[in-house]
Amino acid sequence: MSDLLAARAQMGVSLAFHIVFAVIGIAMPLLMVVAEVRWLKSGDTVYLELARRWAKGTAVLFAVGAVSGTVLSFELGLLWPGFMELAGPIIGIPFSLEGFAFFIEAIFLGVYLYGWTRIPARAHVAAGVLVAVSGALSGIFVVIVNAWMNAPTGFTLVDSRIAAVDPLAAMANGAAFSQTLHMTLAAYAATGLAVAGIHAWSLRRDPMNAFHLKALKVALLVGAPAAILQPLSGDLAARQVARTQPAKFAAMEALFETTRGAPLTLGGWPDVDARETRFAVEIPRALSLLTLRDAGGEIVGLDQVPPENWPDVPAVHLSFQVMVALGGYLALVSAWALAVLARRRELAGRPRLLVALAVATPMGFIATEAGWIVTELGRQPWVIQGVLRTADAVTPMPGLVVPFAGFTLLYVFLGVVVLVILRRLVRHTPVILDEGR
Amino acid sequence: MSAAGAIAGILVLALNAYVLLGGADFGGGVWDLLARGPRAARQRDLVAHAIGPVWEANHVWLILAIVILFTCFPAAFARISITLHVPLALMLVGIVVRGSAFTFRSSGAGDARFERRWGRAFAGASLLTPLLLGITLAAIASGRLTVAGNGEGGRGKGFAEGYVLPWLTPFGLAVGLLTLACFAYLAAVYLVLEADDPDLREDFRHGAMRSGMVVLAAAVLALGLAGTGAPRLVDGLVRSSWAIPYVAITAATAAAAMVALWRRRYGLARIAAVVEVSLLVWGWALAQYPYLVPPELTVAGVAAPAITLRLVLIGLGGGAVVLVPSLYYLFRVFKMPGTG
Repeated sequence: MSDLLAARAQMGVSLAFHIVFAVIGIAMPLLMVVAEVRWLKSGDTVYLELARRWAKGTAVLFAVGAVSGTVLSFELGLLWPGFMELAGPIIGIPFSLEGFAFFIEAIFLGVYLYGWTRIPARAHVAAGVLVAVSGALSGIFVVIVNAWMNAPTGFTLVDSRIAAVDPLAAMANGAAFSQTLHMTLAAYAATGLAVAGIHAWSLRRDPMNAFHLKALKVALLVGAPAAILQPLSGDLAARQVARTQPAKFAAMEALFETTRGAPLTLGGWPDVDARETRFAVEIPRALSLLTLRDAGGEIVGLDQVPPENWPDVPAVHLSFQVMVALGGYLALVSAWALAVLARRRELAGRPRLLVALAVATPMGFIATEAGWIVTELGRQPWVIQGVLRTADAVTPMPGLVVPFAGFTLLYVFLGVVVLVILRRLVRHTPVILDEGR
Repeated sequence: MSAAGAIAGILVLALNAYVLLGGADFGGGVWDLLARGPRAARQRDLVAHAIGPVWEANHVWLILAIVILFTCFPAAFARISITLHVPLALMLVGIVVRGSAFTFRSSGAGDARFERRWGRAFAGASLLTPLLLGITLAAIASGRLTVAGNGEGGRGKGFAEGYVLPWLTPFGLAVGLLTLACFAYLAAVYLVLEADDPDLREDFRHGAMRSGMVVLAAAVLALGLAGTGAPRLVDGLVRSSWAIPYVAITAATAAAAMVALWRRRYGLARIAAVVEVSLLVWGWALAQYPYLVPPELTVAGVAAPAITLRLVLIGLGGGAVVLVPSLYYLFRVFKMPGTG
């Protein structure tokens, strides 16, 4: 394994690990707050029990997210000093703002988790709201940095040195809006529907337990609208990629030749040597229609990109297909569940819906990971699109396979422990019979 | 003062806050490890109780210091990251294990074996991280992180010569020990005030005095080794007019803290200990100034463009407006006497 590959693998593992906890850290506080507000309004202690239990799980997940995020802030330099030296002054500001957002999040999470009996109920809810808001802001600030790597602005390069630096213009880069929207919705959709899935499964086995029914409703309230909106934000993001990163876009869609009236390629295996995609279903003209709102429009293919600047086409295309397919499933199931709720029908009496929701439990997280694979692998060989190659940013330290192996083992181990703890928490659910039915 | 100088000052302030707050949380881990005698379980409980609500917030100071460093002094961040990859990576392992183990332990749902095992991981990681933090700061002060030494210009050099020997020095180990001792000392001084049981309070009073002595011994050792460990730094200090009074004031504060502990004036002891450790941090920073990474990278020399510095200052000001009342609220809720 080359040092460059080891560094990329370590960064990939660290991000893939952290993103799960970051996403949960953004969305779980909202679930807790919704449950707590319902308790305050209705006096129904099941909601209080829910908020307390979710807070317990969130404490563990947030802690792992906080420390793995710290690792990332160092790894930016440990693995990619060339990137940070160039990018720091241009795009470091959102990282600094993220520092403060994370501060507020950590402070009020402490207040929330340990303050149940110490502060008045309204102050407690307010602390939860602050955690939820600052958590979302943290995510947005970090994704702005990533958006800048995809659509770099706010500086000029003179003899490979930066000049005319404008950090505000860098923050307002073209990909910032679509990427932050897509990621924030992903956090609520993935977490909300994962929680909904767990409780839907429990409800199927234990249909009289009001605890699971109420948990399911709160989780759907957060997750389902986000999942339904997500395809729209995905459309926005994809068209942004088409504008600024044609190579990534062509790899996502497995489009080797520049084509007028390009078809949408579903599934299939892109054969890079033969420059064609096998076993795929093609919908004529659909890609041009979706991308340009013009069925006859021209889409740039990989033939316009020098082969040394191609990303890994099969990995990017397949990850993109996985993300879209799972996201589509989540949107449909969410629409179904909301339709049932809107007609005031009982969720507990709908075994097929409950199974469909249970199946969805891991899907949001898999889709999120797949989406990050698309955006990160799709940008290669660049770390800053068109400006700095990943190979030129890596640290000169030899033997990078050692930290890669070390951190991977550590993260696998921590992941297993977290799962064991969560299983314990979920198993110890109370039985609260639903008297209202 | 220039914008770069002001931001460098804020960077040291953030590190200082990390040492005083995050450091004490690591120190809590040391006392968890050293808990002995009939009150061992209650000592551990007090540590966990004291750290619980605040450790995550305390930890963010380090992140703030890092983002300021890479935004405003990118070349220094790159140099430190390349040359000190090994101790920084090990420090990160410590940070990850410490934070995870602490919350895993408290979520054990009464499983004693599970809790004991993670308690040990928490305590062990609490030793490792401060040691490596001290080693890292000592290596920066040592003046060995040069282009010729390794990194950019030293691609041909061996791994040990380029990436281990610059930081694995007697001076580095002494500063690592000093850092660990300071953290344990701060934790004990704070815990004396948080204990509401007289016996428990005496336990931590003794711990504070013992670790205070270790701080003094480690400080003397580090100063003694600095002549060979960080020669340029010492040269600068010897020539400066402020070094001797500064050391004298630090020593007087240390003595005051000890006397206050001896006479059970705990509030006073806490103030003196905080000032003492802060003086150590600022002594390091002032001795290095104007160098960020001596002997090649100065604060002004590696500063980001003026617009970035100005925006960071605005951001830090705005952030402080939100942060200070929030921190005040956190500590008022959990750390005021009579709220335990």
